[in-house]
Amino acid sequence: MDKIYKALTDIVGPEYVSNDPEELFFYSSDQGTSEPRSPDFVVMPRSTEEVQQIVLLANEEKLPIVPMGGSLTLSGLCIPHRKGVILDLKRMSNILEVNEMSRYALVEAGVSQGALQSYLAINHPKLMHSVPDAPPANTIVGNVLIQGSGHLSQETGFHSEMLNGLEVVLPTGEICRIGSSALSAKWFARAPLPDLAGLFLGWFGTTGVVTKASIRLYPKPLKKDVLMFVTENPNHVPDIIYRVTRTKMAEDVNLFAQPKPDWAEGFQQTVINITGDSEDEMSFKRRLIRKSVEDYIKNKEGGFMLILPQMKPGLLEAPLRELTRFADVMKGGGFEYVGIIMATEDFPQAYYDTLEIAKKYRQKWSIMCRVIGRGHSMMFAYSWPFNRADVEDIKMARKALFESNISGLRNEGVIWKSELEGQRMMMEKMDPNTLKLLQKIKRTLDPNGIMNPGNWEVA
Amino acid sequence: MEYKDIIHRCFRCGYCKFTDDYQDINCPSYKKFSFETYSPGGRMWLIRAWLNKEMVTSPHYAEILYSCITCGNCKEHCVFTFKDELLNIFEAAKAELVSEGLVPPAVRDYFKAMSINGNPYKEPQDEKGKWAEGTNVQLYSDQEYLFYVGDVGSYDERGKKMARFVGNLLTEAGLSIGILGKGETSDGNDVKALGEKWLFQQLAEDNIRNFHEIGVKKIITLDPHAFNVFSQEYPSLGGNFEVWHYTQILNMLVKDKRIPLSDYEVKVTYHDPCYLGRHNHIYEAPREVLRCIPSLDLVEMVRNREDAFCCGGGGGNFFTDILGTGEESPNRVRVREACGTGADIIAVACPMCSKMLDDAVKAEGLEEKIKVQDIAEILYQAVAH
Repeated sequence: MDKIYKALTDIVGPEYVSNDPEELFFYSSDQGTSEPRSPDFVVMPRSTEEVQQIVLLANEEKLPIVPMGGSLTLSGLCIPHRKGVILDLKRMSNILEVNEMSRYALVEAGVSQGALQSYLAINHPKLMHSVPDAPPANTIVGNVLIQGSGHLSQETGFHSEMLNGLEVVLPTGEICRIGSSALSAKWFARAPLPDLAGLFLGWFGTTGVVTKASIRLYPKPLKKDVLMFVTENPNHVPDIIYRVTRTKMAEDVNLFAQPKPDWAEGFQQTVINITGDSEDEMSFKRRLIRKSVEDYIKNKEGGFMLILPQMKPGLLEAPLRELTRFADVMKGGGFEYVGIIMATEDFPQAYYDTLEIAKKYRQKWSIMCRVIGRGHSMMFAYSWPFNRADVEDIKMARKALFESNISGLRNEGVIWKSELEGQRMMMEKMDPNTLKLLQKIKRTLDPNGIMNPGNWEVA
Repeated sequence: MEYKDIIHRCFRCGYCKFTDDYQDINCPSYKKFSFETYSPGGRMWLIRAWLNKEMVTSPHYAEILYSCITCGNCKEHCVFTFKDELLNIFEAAKAELVSEGLVPPAVRDYFKAMSINGNPYKEPQDEKGKWAEGTNVQLYSDQEYLFYVGDVGSYDERGKKMARFVGNLLTEAGLSIGILGKGETSDGNDVKALGEKWLFQQLAEDNIRNFHEIGVKKIITLDPHAFNVFSQEYPSLGGNFEVWHYTQILNMLVKDKRIPLSDYEVKVTYHDPCYLGRHNHIYEAPREVLRCIPSLDLVEMVRNREDAFCCGGGGGNFFTDILGTGEESPNRVRVREACGTGADIIAVACPMCSKMLDDAVKAEGLEEKIKVQDIAEILYQAVAH
């Protein structure tokens, strides 16, 4: 280990390598319920070339590598299950290019959502990117790679669909560019080429270390507003989403349900963000959205909730700080959710399952859904806060999460950024030939099995 | 340990590291060292691990705790309801290290100097009022205000210069002020921030007793750290005084036309001291003084007011230098930011900021482009003598 430590310090400098108990402790866990596992080293490279040298060293030494961005998945994806090196990429924090005309941004792997958001606001105020509701320390690249979603996903799909191209250090050390940048100085599209980005999206760092990515930017409207449609019947929710998204007038559509306050228990709150460049446009959009659900209002099965002006900034901000505050709703500092990507029509059953699981494990709960791609699917989050200081409560939360995985799969969904147990469940259910294909690709790309081992592994 | 019922509630979400609009990392120790352990969330999780006996204390653990320079950015931007306790938690964890005798050597040396010499410079107490020689500032007898200068203003060359400018301006404006001279005792703010609560209590009670004995009712401080501890901590120990920072007084004097001003054509950017700004929400008084100077062009750094980036001198680091030097040291980062405004002068309102930023100007080789001056010195240039 001394030899490896020395080699790592030769690559990145001694101040950016640690095997001290303090760093090993901190990087052994995340905010969720996954069991901690200590790495051997935490390393912070500054460049693609340094990443490449570390990967080559890891191959020589058969040393596992766990790439890490913001480490905010909550599901243990950056926990080093087989020890090795945590590659904390946050020093790679340069925004390399913003192409105003073709609307894309090229960023290094450590650029946070917050940094890009602020950079665009100051330097390119007519542009924006899709901001997830995770805390701003989460990284652009990390969120693309876990196929995250954000406040433009209702209109434009998962963040992985907004990817124009990437630079990756393969597990064997080669540096590759994917998309137009493979043959052009510009990073504007992945098509029309064999789409090799799929070798890295959703793989949780098991097929390489992505060091740069280009993502699409979008025109930033001048005005924004929020409407909140409420029904008490969860069976109506898919139709409400269908009607609202059919208008093509909403920017973002989310759905919330939680048991508190008491008077709001049972409320299915569809939060509809609209944007525009003029008041005429905003009025038009409001009118069409209101009209789309007027049957429910006429039948007294739903209505638009009064939103006081002082409430609007909190509902319109991106990311939503309020979602992070949910972590401490029990004054326990713990929170994990199972995010299921599922067909919109399966919302009611997932909702009823949540209530059952909550009852069984005496857990507080919350449901948050984001509509993806105009209702082609939704991300349904079974959210479980827990008290980090209470071992029994953590165990109960783990059980609730386990059953949420089962519910999600039973409802024909796919588990998003799943922890190891959920990955195992998906692989069990997966078409056997698809699973074999995954294994073949993994073995081909990572012959020494050094990349984030434990993830997407068949038992 | 105090606050142990709160520590597990940190989600380590990281809001605390940023400015309000996330444009930059605003936690000085995290900016310098980059590992998550040096962020406020990192400290919270490490303290909890130590409390749970998942980890033992070590020099590295102590360095991580003491690399928090109490700038208060975390408290400003944390999204949780326990945000106001963050610095108290870090202070309590440092106090545990103090009681176990495990503080870093530089902190230990600071405490030794404070307890033996009464000041961190190890200078004789008799030297304390020497800065006032040649000025019209008198020893305190029955004046309206006590002008409390503090250790840096008494012993550091830049601090002494600053004390003289302030003292001269106040006396020339006809304000009734007096100093304690060799009778002045350390305010204890940084002793407290470094976790030595018993020494702090001793210093505070000594000061309070002395102030009461000589009839002090109103205090003007040179140093925001003294301003903070007098106004935030002394009242709970029985020390209720009317406390002003010198920039507040200058602001009143300028507005009352008691300091006549003439043109001073210069471009200035103002650096908010953490203990005046985030800790006490005084953002406008120093700016208003500068705005009153005819022809002075006041420009803002990108990070200002609640989002100001600390110079690195807070929480005792001015004396202990746990954060160390290098390009990513807070004072150098801040000076580069100031230089980006095109200003000729970085205006400061704290003797520690003055020294930290002046050192950084030299380290960055920017002496020809920008200089560091305190508000009183800038005002002095504009006074129609």
